[in-house]
Amino acid sequence: MLGMSKVLLAFSGSAQGGLLDVNPGLMIWTVITFVILLLILKKFAWKPILDSLNEREKFIKESLEKAEVAQKEAEKMIADNKASIEKAEEEAQKIIAQSREYAEKLKSQILEESKTDAKKIMDDAASEIERKNKEAFSSLKEQVAAIAIDAAEKIILENLDREKQSKIINKYIEDISKN
Amino acid sequence: MNETTVKTLTDSLHTASDAAEQAETGWIMHHILDSNELFGVIPLPQIHLFGIDLSITQHVVFMWIALVILTVIFTAVSKSYSKSFVPRGVTNFFEVLVVFVRDEIAKPTIQKGYEKFLPYLLTVFFFILVCNFLGMVPFGATATSNISVTATLAIISFFVIQIGGIMKNGLFGYFKGLIPHGVPFWLLPIMFVVELLGLFTKPFALAIRLFANMTAGHIVILALIGLIFILKTLYVAPVSVAFALFIYLLEVLVALIQAYIFTMLSSLFIGMAVHQEH
Repeated sequence: MLGMSKVLLAFSGSAQGGLLDVNPGLMIWTVITFVILLLILKKFAWKPILDSLNEREKFIKESLEKAEVAQKEAEKMIADNKASIEKAEEEAQKIIAQSREYAEKLKSQILEESKTDAKKIMDDAASEIERKNKEAFSSLKEQVAAIAIDAAEKIILENLDREKQSKIINKYIEDISKN
Repeated sequence: MNETTVKTLTDSLHTASDAAEQAETGWIMHHILDSNELFGVIPLPQIHLFGIDLSITQHVVFMWIALVILTVIFTAVSKSYSKSFVPRGVTNFFEVLVVFVRDEIAKPTIQKGYEKFLPYLLTVFFFILVCNFLGMVPFGATATSNISVTATLAIISFFVIQIGGIMKNGLFGYFKGLIPHGVPFWLLPIMFVVELLGLFTKPFALAIRLFANMTAGHIVILALIGLIFILKTLYVAPVSVAFALFIYLLEVLVALIQAYIFTMLSSLFIGMAVHQEH
């Protein structure tokens, strides 16, 4: 018990004062120290540190926003590119279709022309043949006439009677026309 | 139980009671309390002005050490910001703490207009933190385990709270806002007294909490180590050291937590004084 009370005594008072004793001098020193520390740190530390922190946060925020804008722009550009590629493809398809159509047209035209040409050539050939035929016929006629004259000459030479003569001539002519 | 252990136990108990009777526990208080000597060896100047004992005590010296440490560290940190936009090394570490005080303490509790109080909150946080840790260094003394120091810090906090509230709401508006809405008319005088008392109990609790937390750990560590000398046996040393180490680690945590709590509660009270509508 005695020991316990001595422990309590040590708590409540000694040469330096007890645990719960308030020392006004120390309080004044604490105020002075704290205020000086506050002023020093406020001027030399908190202001620049907080300013640069805010600045950096602003910078990061702005950078992120910029990046977002850039991404959106890039996406838009990609979409634009895609659209133009599609347009170009469409155009190409159109051109191909057009040229195919044109080729088709050309082909049919050429075919038509060649057909008419061929027809013309055939017609020409036919008329030529006709003409040649006629020529040949007329030359044949001439030849037949010559032969007939020859035959007549021969008959005359043989001196046959008139009746017999005409009979032979008729017979000749008939033969020729038969051929 | 064999004979030797019984003998050791009775011997230990005898020496313990003898030691207590001789009031040898006084050395614990000697370590905890303020003193006029630095490290118990170097005498410090004793100043008496206007009837007040303005002596430079050990705790004053340790507060100055904290002041020098903080000034050196934070001027270096703020300089490193002007050098490079990207923090590195020590700057990174202290930036985490600064951002913690800003984003986890000041911003959520004070909300709008927290920037004005940030320098005070940062200073009080780092001052208490460094003082707490200085007490855990060998030959160190804990200024924050002195009721005079914690009371002064709490009084400063009190003034910051009241001035902050009055500057925002006006003198009359501030005291009118102390009374919560929807209180019956006849309760008003009582509520006003209660709320007025509340203004003073808040910093009082701040002071006692910090003081008690920083003192208790030291007393426990000293008592555990003291067991070796009180019981006058080495057999208890491993147990004492192990427990003391555990308490020491706990105190590292407590040093951080108390700095946080003091700042957090100050900030909370500032927030309550500035934005009275809730």
